[in-house]
This record gives sequence, C-alpha cells and structure tokens, in this order.
Amino acid sequence: MTAPAATILYDTVRWEEKALSGAARRAGADVRMLDCRSLSLDVDGEARGYGTVLQRCVSYYRNVHSTAALEGMGARVINCLRTGMLAGNKLYTHMLLRKAGVAVPRATVSFSRDAALGAAGRLGYPCVIKPTVGSWGRMISRLSGAEAASGILEMREAMHPLYQVHYVEEFVKRPPRDIRAIVVGDRVVAAIYRHSDGWKTNMALGGRAEPCSVGAEMEDVCIRARDAVHGEIVGVDLMEDEARGLLVHEVNNTTEFKNTVRVCGVDIPSIMVSHALEAGRR
Amino acid sequence: MASCAECDAAIALPDDAVAGEIVTCAECGSSFELVASGGSMALKPAQSVGEDWGQ
Ligand SMILES: Nc1ncnc2c1ncn2[C@@H]1O[C@H](COP(=O)(O)OP(=O)(O)OP(=O)(O)O)[C@@H](O)[C@H]1O
Ligand SMILES: [Mg+2]
Ligand SMILES: [Zn+2]
Repeated sequence: MTAPAATILYDTVRWEEKALSGAARRAGADVRMLDCRSLSLDVDGEARGYGTVLQRCVSYYRNVHSTAALEGMGARVINCLRTGMLAGNKLYTHMLLRKAGVAVPRATVSFSRDAALGAAGRLGYPCVIKPTVGSWGRMISRLSGAEAASGILEMREAMHPLYQVHYVEEFVKRPPRDIRAIVVGDRVVAAIYRHSDGWKTNMALGGRAEPCSVGAEMEDVCIRARDAVHGEIVGVDLMEDEARGLLVHEVNNTTEFKNTVRVCGVDIPSIMVSHALEAGRR
Repeated sequence: MASCAECDAAIALPDDAVAGEIVTCAECGSSFELVASGGSMALKPAQSVGEDWGQ
C-alpha cells in the first residue's frame, strides 16, 4: 500500500471532517481518515504512511500528544505542536496576541476564589469567566456582580483543576455579534458574523450566521493573530469594540467552518485540502 | 436504519455515514457514535463532551 498524500486525524467526526474527506475525494487525492483512538505509536520510530497530517482532534490532550508524537517522528502536522499547545489555551493565546500587537479584551488570571473576586472587582462588572481550555461557550459565565461571581467561583472550586484557573475578561462593549474568520495559509478565506439574542454568540448555542466581508484591517489582524500562535489553518474569533475596534478573543486550531461554508458559499474544505497537499509537496 | 437503545425509535443513518460520526435520536435526543461492524454500522452511546474538548 502506498502512503496517502494526507491523513485527517480525528477523534469525533463533525460536519467538517466529512467535508474535508469529501473535498479530498473530489480532488482525486489519496487522503485517509484516521481515528486517533485507534493509534498506537512507537514514538522512537519514523512516521511513515501518513503524508501531511491534518490534526482535527477535539480533545486538547489527544490533539497535542498525538501531534507531539507524529511531528517528533518526522510527520508534517497541520497545525503544528506549538500551535496546538498555544492556541488550545485562551490565556497562552492572550499573552501571545498582546506581544504580537493584536488588540485583545482586558484580562486577568487568578488561582483562588478570593483572588478572582479581587480581579473581577478591578475589571468591573459585568465581566466574563472562561475555562482556559474549551469551546462552544461551555462553562463560560457572565459575572453580573460580586454576589453572582462568588457563587460561580465557589462551584468552580469543587470542579476539575482546569476550572480552578480563573481567567476573567472584561465584558466587551460590542454589537450583539462576534466574527469568526477562517485563515488558511496566508489568506483569510471567509468570515461570518455570529448573531444571537443571548450574550454568547456561539453557533453551537443557536447563534445565527451571516457573511462578513473581510477588509484590509481585519485581514491584517487575523494574519497577525495566526502568526502569534504560529498557526497555519486557524479560526480567528473577533469582537468589534465600540472604542478600540477589532479585538481578538481567541484563535481556534481545529476550527469549525460549517456555517461559514453555508452562508459564504466558499469551498473552505477544498482550500484546506489543497493547502495540506501543497504543504506535503514542499 | 438503526434503533435507539434508549427509546427504541428508528434512527435514520446518513447515506455517507462514517465510523466515528455522531447521530442523535430525533425522538429522545440521545446521541450515539457510529461504529463499523461487519460491513454495516452499529450504534454505541456517544462519549459526552470532555472537559478538554474544544475547536
Ligand atoms: N470578553 C467578552 N465580552 C463579551 N462577550 C464575550 C467575551 N468573550 C466571549 N464573549 C462571547 O461569548 C462567546 C464565547 O466566547 P469564546 O469564543 O471565548 O468561547 P469558546 O467557548 O472558545 O467559543 P468557540 O466555540 O467559538 O471557540 C463569544 O462568541 C462571544 O460572543
Ligand atoms: Mg474556541
Ligand atoms: Zn431515542
């Protein structure tokens, strides 16, 4: 059996993974789907028989560990280990974005309930508490005041250690929407506004998508955000602050793009697949 | 077609079903993961979203 040109490494098959594999089939490319849960790697050997690996695992730990192994064994993995580790964590990303000169919401990190209450008080209410790892708006809460904050922090103290790192952001004054921009290589290929009635605009929570045209400023911000986490194929999430303009609140390294394809009519899966095949030839 | 282990309702599988895909029962909302078994697809209860899951 000859090695495939690329491998889609997954642990859950979302619309995106099916679309990537469909795009590969249409391009006549030899691209294989590989369930990460079936992998067992002798990490001191060489990675053979994968081609370029499109890393699509939604589990952060599975993602970074399988990338570390495959990349260490010589495979070309998109996104690379650095990006998986950095973009997978909102605090790490925040620090790097700042350093890269990308505007971000004001943020704090604290390691106990009392310290977090102090931080929230300094930021001012309302503010937003987020797990540093996670998506789809899970476990993200709007802290309306000190009393609510105290209750939420108390619950978090009893949870997984992940929730005892208290990452709190100012509540950004913005229109009732945010922006998801899809970056493939050197280009922002499409972007959407995500609208909602509630304050979280995640599509997974019922947000509505609408095409967003990408101007020079947004393009520049997105490319700088991609570079900040050494990314290659990423989804950049932005908010439009009334006073400061575009703020980046996160960079997704296994980005979803179903709604972007649906409302923008851009064949993002084909663009990603051809980027991966091209990377394999270089 | 497969049937829901929770409520026994019929669950239609997509034509392009692949192993690892998640299907949801329209009747009761339970989620199942498709697993290949001898040329066809079987259902097993889907893993709930892990604490470290993200996009
Ligand atoms: N600081 C903030 N101020 C106001 N609204 C915010 C702020 N941070 C996040 N939001 C809203 O909450 C939603 C979820 O936040 P965020 O994107 O950080 O979380 P996520 O769980 O990683 O989401 P995704 O699945 O899009 O990656 C955003 O889409 C945005 O609408
Ligand atoms: Mg995210
Ligand atoms: Zn059912």
